[in-house]
Amino acid sequence: MAGGSQRVYRQRIKSTQSLKKMFRAQELIAASRIGRARTRATAATPFAQAITRAVSAVATHAHVDHPMIEPRHDTAKVAVLVVASDRGMAGSYSAAIIRETERLLERLEREGKEPELYVAGRRAISYFRYRGRELSEQWSYGSDSPSSEVANEIADALLAAHSAAAEDGGVAELHVVYTQFVNMVTQRPRVVRMLPLEVVEGVVEHDEVEPLYDFEPSVEVVLDALLPRYVRSRIFSFLLEAAASELASRQRAMHTAVDNAEDLIRNYTRLANQARQADITQEISEIVSGADALAAAK
Amino acid sequence: MAGLNVDLVSTDRKVWSGIARAVSVPSVDGQIGILTGHTPILAVLRPGTVRVTADDAEPFEVQVTGGFVSVDDNLVTVVADEITLGTGVEG
Repeated sequence: MAGGSQRVYRQRIKSTQSLKKMFRAQELIAASRIGRARTRATAATPFAQAITRAVSAVATHAHVDHPMIEPRHDTAKVAVLVVASDRGMAGSYSAAIIRETERLLERLEREGKEPELYVAGRRAISYFRYRGRELSEQWSYGSDSPSSEVANEIADALLAAHSAAAEDGGVAELHVVYTQFVNMVTQRPRVVRMLPLEVVEGVVEHDEVEPLYDFEPSVEVVLDALLPRYVRSRIFSFLLEAAASELASRQRAMHTAVDNAEDLIRNYTRLANQARQADITQEISEIVSGADALAAAK
Repeated sequence: MAGLNVDLVSTDRKVWSGIARAVSVPSVDGQIGILTGHTPILAVLRPGTVRVTADDAEPFEVQVTGGFVSVDDNLVTVVADEITLGTGVEG
């Protein structure tokens, strides 16, 4: 009997300790990668800015129709791109994204649209597959360090869907659900409507009239070259931001897990000590009572 | 007269940024030379060579894989999907 509960506690301490080591390692990995993810996100901004400026220049100077600007009415289908993570251990990161997606899907369905899912990130893929949702396209791409190739692949698939004819499964709109990286402590799931393009963010604020641009070879060709690149760069920056968010929430979640593991270890150590003390006390009292009995028998 | 403020930007980073006297870019209709005071223009680029005559350094060339260039108020932005460094550029 004696030592039984002690052994159980020791075992639990040991397993919690090895878990703690793993959590700690995950935390450190996330912490070391997050800096790089943020640098990449900042490194991609000049491109995004340049392209945004150009798009807004075209939009303000030229009044042209382009299929990517005009709303489409020939189909009720809309594409929803979900950017989630490939791996768990990031606290509520994936859950928050999925919740936001479900909300968006519900809203779109209420508006009479037929959302089609384009999912990036294994966690979201398995979630939707388990629920029998059909996925139009899926990518598991190493969500904590996305490459621009993957971003282009995703963007091209979506652009193709948007430019396809209605009977070929074309979509009228494109919504993106991703996690916005506000700062190290706050990351927020966010829904953006990408297509048709409307508000151009970050338009230069100066009041004077913008210069009249020459377009070479023509406005249409410039837009044709510009808009797909704009979408690609936006999607790339969404992926990068989502990656930074994922790592930040993983770091935080793992930090909490390490703390909890330490708490558990402390508790188990106390219980183990208590059990050991109880065993010792019992042994002593057994010896003493045994000695008493012998003394009384004389 | 002040030079051109040139930014060479690719998808994932800013490749070069500085003052230049002249920039030559491969537009779809042919090579365009840009000097200070050029009229605002937005041109689509074909794959080719961008030549920058920097103000304080040797002229250099980079290869681009297509993109566009915008010129506005002596601010030249070359945006390309990919930029590979050619001859004479450091770093």
